[in-house]
Amino acid sequence: MLRDITIGQYYQTKSVIHELDPRVKIVATLAFIIFLFMVNNLTGYAVAAAYLATIIYLSHVPPTFIFRGMKAIFMLLMITFLFNLFLTPGETLVSFWIFTITKEGLILAGKMAVRLTFLITGSSVLTLTTTPNQLTDGLEVLLNPLKKLKVPVHEIAMMMAIALRFIPILMEETDKIMKAQMARGADFETGGMIKKAKSLVPILVPLFISAFRRANDLAMAMEARCYHGGDGRTRMKPLVYKRKDFVAYLVLVVFMVTMIVCGRAGFLI
Amino acid sequence: MALKLDHVNYIYDADTEMAHVALKDVSLEIGNGEFIGLIGHTGSGKSTLVTHLNGLVKPTSGQVLFDGHDINEKDYDRKKLRSKVGLVFQYPEHQLFETDVFADVCFGPKNLGLSKDEIEKRAYEALRMVGLSDDFYKQSPFDLSGGQKRRVAIAGVLAMEPEILVLDEPTAGLDPKGKNEILDLLKNLHEEKGITVVLVSHSMEDVANYVDRIIVMDHGQVQFDDEPKKVFASYKELEKMGLAAPQVTYIMKDLKEKGFNVDDTVTTIEEASDEIMKQFT
Repeated sequence: MLRDITIGQYYQTKSVIHELDPRVKIVATLAFIIFLFMVNNLTGYAVAAAYLATIIYLSHVPPTFIFRGMKAIFMLLMITFLFNLFLTPGETLVSFWIFTITKEGLILAGKMAVRLTFLITGSSVLTLTTTPNQLTDGLEVLLNPLKKLKVPVHEIAMMMAIALRFIPILMEETDKIMKAQMARGADFETGGMIKKAKSLVPILVPLFISAFRRANDLAMAMEARCYHGGDGRTRMKPLVYKRKDFVAYLVLVVFMVTMIVCGRAGFLI
Repeated sequence: MALKLDHVNYIYDADTEMAHVALKDVSLEIGNGEFIGLIGHTGSGKSTLVTHLNGLVKPTSGQVLFDGHDINEKDYDRKKLRSKVGLVFQYPEHQLFETDVFADVCFGPKNLGLSKDEIEKRAYEALRMVGLSDDFYKQSPFDLSGGQKRRVAIAGVLAMEPEILVLDEPTAGLDPKGKNEILDLLKNLHEEKGITVVLVSHSMEDVANYVDRIIVMDHGQVQFDDEPKKVFASYKELEKMGLAAPQVTYIMKDLKEKGFNVDDTVTTIEEASDEIMKQFT
């Protein structure tokens, strides 16, 4: 069950997208998200969908794998959808009991659902095709100018790398602890809210302890190898733009121009 | 016949590129009162196999039967099954969570819905069996040593009074003394209480002295299932799987090659020393 959550996971396979420089992918994802929220009509969404679909196709990550991860955030999507649907004032379409659905609400809810779905799919393509190491290397380089403002860029990047690295480990650990407690007759499914919340204690306590133990071990191991922050640290694999990265930037520019044009001249809604 | 696996297959991530066969056509029976060693290299599927024994994992195909009933049937009472087939995971001390030792051991029986008296009686009994005295009862389990924690965790499963006790690498990470204590404890449980014990390990050395049947797993398949003597006789095949027979087996084989008239099928150090002493009388 926990294995189904694929957000933040890396999917190992060979593809053009996997081989791109992480900086390109981060910039592209960011641009994609910004334009998603700027564009306001169906044509724009269609372009975004086509763009995303092409990238997923090129990434060789099976779509089923991506959408299995979506299941986990389906609830969040539904809640946003319902809130937008019922709580937006405007021209009434349907009204029953205390609920009113307005035309504006329907449009907004639909838009938000589409945007969120694209946003999550887009960013999971980033993490699915980029190893945590590459991802944080890319971020670190991109954020480097902020160092002048005394932002601890390296430390932030390192924390991110570790956090990402630990997601699958903690998932696995949770699964193991759950099984161990189930073997002792624990029941996580039946009962009311309070009983269910209580039944989490036997999972959470060992999980926290193990997270702290792991953090401690990791800190020790890093210090034992003389880690002392980012100053003077060189890279084993320095980031160098290659030809396909420039092609990717070009594609991104084309996408952005198309989106701007759609924003101005797109039709429907 | 208590527990029976019938052509069990299990595949991880079945529908993705990462699909990985963990168990391949595993059929075996675990009878009452047996003391079984389940041996295999890391990744041979032995840990996956044990999670099938109490219905924590459902086989991709095949059946697991307890007293003739399929435990993966929809309305089978798996909670009750888990009290009968006690499963002690690897590093079981990582599952401790209560504020004191006694309360932690009570967790299992409490989940069975027993009366307070019965819960406490069982917890006392379990802690006594693993050899922890009253001084420990009110201590935090996190203040104990590694070996003591592990005994608390084992007591937590014993308190459910299982008929079959399955332990996944119960001696991993313990020093030789702690190791022997745990193994002796299992032997006592088997002899005094008549509990069926399945001991999972990657070390022949550990299990050879204790078990009366060995199941060897490799690449998700059962390769050998026989009494120790016969399994160790095929030590060459074992080596190919990254396993080995106990050292005494090798010594006795060497001695026999050198022309001594010794029995080279012995498996324990005691038997071996008896055989060697015979040479001098």
